[in-house]
Amino acid sequence: MLDQRSRTAGSATAAGLIIKIAVLAVVAALAVWAALPLIAAQAWWGLALEALVAAVLFYVYLQRRAIQLKYLIPGTLLLIAFQILPVFLTVGTSFTNYGDGHRVDKEQATEAIIAAGVQQTPGGAVYLVAVGESSTGELTLLLTDAADGSTWAGTEEGLTELDDATLDAAGRITAAPGYTVWDLAELGERQAELTDLAVPTGPETGIKLQGLSAFEGQSTRSYDEACDCITDSATGTVWYADNENGAFVTEDGQAALVGWRVNIGADNYLAVLTDPDIRGPFLGVFAWNVMFAAGSVLFTFAIGLGTAMALNKPSMRGTKLYRTLMILPYAMPSFAMLLVWAQMFNRDFGLINDLFNLNVNWYGGTWSARAMVLIANTWLGWPYMFLISLGALQALPSDSLEAAKIDGATGVTAFRKITLPLLLIALTPLLISSFAFNFNNFNAIELLSGGNPFMAGDAVGGTDILITYAFRQAFGSSSADYGFASAISVFIFLIVATISAFMFRFTRNQEDVYS
Amino acid sequence: MTRTALVKAKRKAPFLKWAAEFGWRHVVAIAVLVFGLVPILYVVSAALNPNGTMSSTSLLPTKVGLDNFEKLFSDDNVPFAAWFGNSLMIAVPAAFISIFISSLAAYAFSRFRFKGRRPMLLFLLLIQMFPAFLAVVALYLIFGNLGEFYPVVGLNTKLGLMLVYMGGALGVSTWLMKGFFDTIPKELDEAATIDGASHAQIFFGMILPLAAPIIAISGILAFVGTMNDFVLASLFLTDRPEMTLAVGLKTLTADNSPASYFGIFAAGTLLTSVLTVAVFMSLQRYIVSGLTGGAVKG
Repeated sequence: MLDQRSRTAGSATAAGLIIKIAVLAVVAALAVWAALPLIAAQAWWGLALEALVAAVLFYVYLQRRAIQLKYLIPGTLLLIAFQILPVFLTVGTSFTNYGDGHRVDKEQATEAIIAAGVQQTPGGAVYLVAVGESSTGELTLLLTDAADGSTWAGTEEGLTELDDATLDAAGRITAAPGYTVWDLAELGERQAELTDLAVPTGPETGIKLQGLSAFEGQSTRSYDEACDCITDSATGTVWYADNENGAFVTEDGQAALVGWRVNIGADNYLAVLTDPDIRGPFLGVFAWNVMFAAGSVLFTFAIGLGTAMALNKPSMRGTKLYRTLMILPYAMPSFAMLLVWAQMFNRDFGLINDLFNLNVNWYGGTWSARAMVLIANTWLGWPYMFLISLGALQALPSDSLEAAKIDGATGVTAFRKITLPLLLIALTPLLISSFAFNFNNFNAIELLSGGNPFMAGDAVGGTDILITYAFRQAFGSSSADYGFASAISVFIFLIVATISAFMFRFTRNQEDVYS
Repeated sequence: MTRTALVKAKRKAPFLKWAAEFGWRHVVAIAVLVFGLVPILYVVSAALNPNGTMSSTSLLPTKVGLDNFEKLFSDDNVPFAAWFGNSLMIAVPAAFISIFISSLAAYAFSRFRFKGRRPMLLFLLLIQMFPAFLAVVALYLIFGNLGEFYPVVGLNTKLGLMLVYMGGALGVSTWLMKGFFDTIPKELDEAATIDGASHAQIFFGMILPLAAPIIAISGILAFVGTMNDFVLASLFLTDRPEMTLAVGLKTLTADNSPASYFGIFAAGTLLTSVLTVAVFMSLQRYIVSGLTGGAVKG
């Protein structure tokens, strides 16, 4: 009898049982679908992981003891896959030199350098070339064989056949799935990267670019395992492997363009401390980052609180209308309004210069650009501060205000001694999380100023904050440095973690109330 | 004091009193409103300006026409409808699924007592402080590799982008919803259990309907947050017709786009706002209480 009851408690109705079976069937189908490409690629580790996830799902939904797991597992899996795993990967990448010039392993780097020494041999294959990037940002030659019209994608790793490329009349590739094809402007910008790119096709053969076509030929370079070096028999140059830095280097210190990915320990972090070319800009960015976040919180809170104080008077006429209008800026999509603000600060035709009869080149100077970013960000943030201040003001205990009044505290004194301290107790956690949000306010910087102004030759813009700086290192127009960008991200993680720890002290009491 | 002087003083006093009590409040409110509404007015004016260029746009519209709105849908170079569709196609399901997932978790945290419950709750509060795009390099590399095995979720796919957004599902609103679930009396659950309802029936049949307001608010905040995302969307969706509104509208203001695109951009901004403004205005009251409960707009 008792056994019967506990059994029905699991899935009480036939409908529930059917839904459960249906959901598990979908999970099973997805698991099989996901397994096929892994088997095809012989990625056994991936397959094991995938099977484990499927097994955990089945176990959780078929067991009856820990019911809470059934509710926690979907979110937890997504959290692990797309939030926690990326964090660990970021930390891992920050200890490597991963980036352009260090994308491949040593063997592939050797092949690429050998291929770069290819000389045209009579009768070798000739290709029409378009240049582009793979979905992972890897420089790719999109080749059309001039003899039979077959299409290929060549990287420093080797050659793969392309199936559904789109060709123009001449036979050159104009589009291919998974690749971005560059136009002439982009080609010109990144010419330097192209000159040394070669696609290895065999131990000592490769494809090399020449103008807008390419040829396959025999290399004059060869790798010698005994000295761990590459020798060019035509020029006599010898590159020795530097296994610590992941590069082939000649005796006078010239590194070959293609290196490989190695663990470089804490070098990315140490560079921030020791390399004056990085340390200077980095400290500047950091200082401005703190200023930007603190300034944003301060200004938005000052305006928001002031407005809330003014409107916190039930007998005042029009408060409802005022409040509705004040929510408007908050309700507008923030990305679009950031772009609008960016246009309003246009030097020649922008509204700001127009209204105040100014001729300020806002993007030109570091401080004018910083002022601009702060003004626009204050506009975006103050309605939020207004709303939370108003809410907190209305929740203030009226007896302490009455008591203060009786004791003779009026106006400014009452505000400074009673209202503000009480408000700050309630709002500090929100103010701190607002600081943390603005500390990483990528949108505000990227959409308003794009990091401008950039001084000649500088990789860092005057309004760049840490997160946009890291983003530029990884995805900017110059060559990608994923390792260094990850190191900056880790640094931001640490700062935000410190802020969070700080915040916990303030919220601990509140948590006890909630849980 | 003569009689006339007394009358004057009496007449003057109420104004001073009004000024001291209410007048300054109106002055502050109007001053702040000017600051708050000027940019919005400017967008409206730019959108209605038939010329479309920035140089011919002033704060108040001089000429009024709907040319920009027309161009928004007819210009081949501005696939606005596609962008709008993409944004909705990503943000609506992402908001729905992430709210569903976090309401599941909130139910577990609110109704079950298990080992590791408190650390997990604290961990969720912590992870909220780390926006997904901080690990953007890693995400980019993960999805680049994932795409080689499963092209449907790789870079340049909507599904891949949605997965990233959903990764943060738990952090955003679980706390908010758990707080609300806690206010629903446990006696209701117990009564339902005695009547033979399973935990799933209690959750779907009772808790979810009762928590409808908070679910609506969390859903809207998640939706708006996703619509406003620029970093991840700009990395994931790079083909022009595949872009989201945030990424697409930005291309209209780029240095190398024609000057007349400014008006089209403003018109697009207005159309995008209609959606969010309508939602915010109708739910004003709930949003205010939701905000003070600790949700921060992304």
